[in-house]
Amino acid sequence: MKEFLLILRGGEEGMADAAESPEKFQQQMVKWKNWMEGLGKQGKLIAGHPLAKEGKVISGGKKVVTDGPFVEGKEMVGGYLMIRAEGVPDAVLIAKNCPIFEYDGIVEIREVQAGPV
Amino acid sequence: MEQARSASSLVDHLFRHESGRMVSAMTRLFGAHNLALAEDVVQEAFVKAFQEWRLNPIPPNPSAWLMVTARNKAIDAIRRNRHQVEFSDDIACLLNSEYTAVSTVNEMFLDDEVADSQLRMIFTCCHPALPPDMQVPLTLRTISGFGIQEIAGALLTNRETVNKRLYRARQFIREKGIRFEIPVGDELSSRLEMVYTVMYLLFNEGYNSGKADELIRKDLCAEAMRLCLLLSGHRVGGRPKTYALLSLMCFHASRFDSRMNSDNEIVLLQDQDRSAWDRALIRRGEMYLDMASEGDEVSEYHIEAAISAQHCMAPRFEETDWRAIAALYDALLLLKRSPLVKLNRAVVLARIHGPKAAIDEIHRIEGWESLASRHYLYNAVLGQLYLEANDVENAKHFISAAGALTSSEAEKKLLNKKLSSLP
Repeated sequence: MKEFLLILRGGEEGMADAAESPEKFQQQMVKWKNWMEGLGKQGKLIAGHPLAKEGKVISGGKKVVTDGPFVEGKEMVGGYLMIRAEGVPDAVLIAKNCPIFEYDGIVEIREVQAGPV
Repeated sequence: MEQARSASSLVDHLFRHESGRMVSAMTRLFGAHNLALAEDVVQEAFVKAFQEWRLNPIPPNPSAWLMVTARNKAIDAIRRNRHQVEFSDDIACLLNSEYTAVSTVNEMFLDDEVADSQLRMIFTCCHPALPPDMQVPLTLRTISGFGIQEIAGALLTNRETVNKRLYRARQFIREKGIRFEIPVGDELSSRLEMVYTVMYLLFNEGYNSGKADELIRKDLCAEAMRLCLLLSGHRVGGRPKTYALLSLMCFHASRFDSRMNSDNEIVLLQDQDRSAWDRALIRRGEMYLDMASEGDEVSEYHIEAAISAQHCMAPRFEETDWRAIAALYDALLLLKRSPLVKLNRAVVLARIHGPKAAIDEIHRIEGWESLASRHYLYNAVLGQLYLEANDVENAKHFISAAGALTSSEAEKKLLNKKLSSLP
């Protein structure tokens, strides 16, 4: 088993819309729960959280602190998951079931690099 | 002031009635190994209720308000403890992620899930790895919401001892890795046996202990019946044997108030006012006995219920069908060869063959002399039988011995009454 980071981008609008109606919100919750429960049962879920919209960005040699993130909408990182998978194809299969696609989101899959940076 | 007092008594009342459900739901989230945390979080919800209701109007549905508060406290506790506490392993990954934590907690607070968790709690408290002196106080605390003082009163001990046993019990659960689950397959039947034993014990503690306060004793019986009913309502517990135990409890409980008069004196079966027996409970006892007779298993609870039914059905003491009861005791003896059953059987034989036959029967119980040197009941029964056989010397001897072995004032009073009637 290898470890992967799934970076969940976008979908904010769709999810916010769903949260307006209790019924849709409930359905949304159930979808996330089913997806993650399945991963958990296979021992493939390590961690994962949605992220708050506001943050700080530190950049440059001078470590300039600004309000971030820079990107908006479709590009914005809205959450992450750390998972275990057999390999890239397995990780892709897992990621394809992420409920974020129902809200037009994007999932980026990155394998944890073994060995020194 | 008035508001604070009514808030306080409402909180006490709700603790007794709702905390069992709340602790069960909470333990479902945190796992049996975190029972202390589960109880703490429930406590937090009650503290919040008290603070809120002391100053503000009490909500129209306080139980629902409490349940919602407990649910929110659970979510707080999960966020606070995520990194240092391992939650129930089958849902830990869901509680550890903010994507799923809230919906998982909400689900575990739905009525069906709470009922399921209460069953898990019963099986946990009645786990065979726990010593019996921990099973009963733990059941009373976590499922029944009894206060420490009430448990101490019911078990005739003090607060420190109860606290110590509860502490040890929680530690035991952790160390033995006892899981918060409903057993399945072959294990279920044997684990149910243990649950029956604890409920039977709980009921008898209330029904027979002459020392504890009357109100607490009644509470214990009612609680044993409530738990048994809860068990019977669940898919795993709705078995003939559960109904047999429930039936037995109903028949016994129907006579609860007739066993003492207003001067706190014991009224013997032959002297009880049968019209005061609770007919509604007797009818329920009959209904459950009916339900218990499905299937082919005949357990000790079936037979004990049938014996109790015989007493309840006899319109007068003189019309009791002693032969039927004796036959039931013979059957019981095949399942449960205890000296106490033999003693009770001897009492029944006295009604058929006279006191001498019964006395001979008691003398045939293995080790009866050593039993009689420790337990008042053997002496009380022998004393009564010798009395009926007009053997004054032996009657005096055994009745005095019985008096010396009981600490119950009511029993002593009854025995002294008998002694003073002797020449």
